[in-house]
Amino acid sequence: MKMLQEMLSYPFLVRALLGGILVSLCAALLGVSLVLKRYSMIGDGLSHLSFGALSIAVAVGWQPLAVSIPVVTLAAFFLLRLTENSKVKSDAAIAMISASALAIGIVVTSLTTGMTTDVSSYMFGSILAMSRQDVYLSAILSLIVLSLFVFCYNKIFAITFDENFARATGIRVGFYNSLIAVLTAVTIVLGMRMMGAMLISSLVIFPALTSMRLFKSFRSVILCSGILSVFCFCIGIVVSYRMSTPAGASIVLVNLAMYVFFILVQRGCRIHVHFRK
Amino acid sequence: MKPFIVCEHADFGYENQDAVVDLSITIDPGDYLCIVGANGSGKSTLIKGLLGLLAPTAGTLIVAEELRRGGIGYLPQQTAAQRDFPATVSEVVLSGTLSRRGNRPFYSQEERRLARQSMERLGITELKKQCYRELSGGQQQRVLIARALCATEQMLILDEPITGLDPSAIQEFYRLIRKLNQRDGITIVMVSHDIRSIIGQANKILHMQQRALFFGPAADYAQSAAGKAFLES
Repeated sequence: MKMLQEMLSYPFLVRALLGGILVSLCAALLGVSLVLKRYSMIGDGLSHLSFGALSIAVAVGWQPLAVSIPVVTLAAFFLLRLTENSKVKSDAAIAMISASALAIGIVVTSLTTGMTTDVSSYMFGSILAMSRQDVYLSAILSLIVLSLFVFCYNKIFAITFDENFARATGIRVGFYNSLIAVLTAVTIVLGMRMMGAMLISSLVIFPALTSMRLFKSFRSVILCSGILSVFCFCIGIVVSYRMSTPAGASIVLVNLAMYVFFILVQRGCRIHVHFRK
Repeated sequence: MKPFIVCEHADFGYENQDAVVDLSITIDPGDYLCIVGANGSGKSTLIKGLLGLLAPTAGTLIVAEELRRGGIGYLPQQTAAQRDFPATVSEVVLSGTLSRRGNRPFYSQEERRLARQSMERLGITELKKQCYRELSGGQQQRVLIARALCATEQMLILDEPITGLDPSAIQEFYRLIRKLNQRDGITIVMVSHDIRSIIGQANKILHMQQRALFFGPAADYAQSAAGKAFLES
């Protein structure tokens, strides 16, 4: 308890907690839809791209978010289109784009500022990265994501479960897919500097995969993902503070532990059912 | 009675490449039309056209007013992603009612009642709370039909519905579709590979190879040139 009070006395930690909770909530909700539609790798691709865009922005001296948000949003559209047309296999395309963007980012930084701590904090995240502006942006983002999932919940379900059927019933599938792409892009750009380019995609996929282990309805998977993601984030931050480990990596490990725990519970349930029979 | 769908010399396709050429067919209320043909013969493209997702690039497609208002129930091919999808049966069936409403965010009592009725009709009420991914192939197919029936009472379009079903489930599936067609008067349009069983089920056959090689009563199909060649192969 005392430690929590101590933590909350640092303004940068309060900002990190606030922004992080909002971003991990958005990532988890969007993640359920992305994972179920087999787009898990998109988070990874977008975060590497965002790293490239950020390094260029820093080198040229522009506002980092003003560059990376539009670039990553464009890329998100492009990647979703790819999967629709599928002439190039989309997983290969994502791997190609993410590696190239990472390489561009590294070359640009080593040519200009050199590999400073800044670059390392982009790669692996830094708790100090959440600015006041980022917190505001996260609040707006989560407001949009939450209202999308409350008011268009049924449409999102229909599109995620069966795009063709949804299209035939007159839902504007393209519009919702683009909306999800844009929101994912913004989530990733906002979360990336805290979680790190290499680790942010775990915020998208872990909560969804973990919830799907135990829960059987779409509604419960969505709810569980949101709660789980926020919970893991907070535990991860506390662990990182206590043990002086990097925040991003700690959060990923807490998520992993949760995943393993859910598997064990699932096994336990099965054995229980088995013996009852 | 006025026909549901009249298609005259219609072409359908994407980007200057027509997958369906010069097709003329009529679908009357109460018909059981089966569409057969090899892979890539334009069957799925035609389905998209009938659903109104693809406008004809030439010719005309006239869809009756009542059908446009009442909607068409659609049973798409199952995707790999659906097989392990975490959703309960009632969530899936309810999503079929989406076409009936505008932008209201939540389901109404009326829509829930419709979904219940639809599940009862297909005998899946006991499965209501179960997870879709834990059902057998035949049960999953029933759930998807229940969903399609929430969208319409008039016409069902089924795209390769028996893929992945075991033989006994296939027989049961045909019985179910025939019941919906004969007892409830629902018009059926089905794409299938399983030509031998289909001849006894459908009342009309369309055999496609980009163009219509045969379109007419099922009884005449076995005697036609296209039918003979296809059945012997």
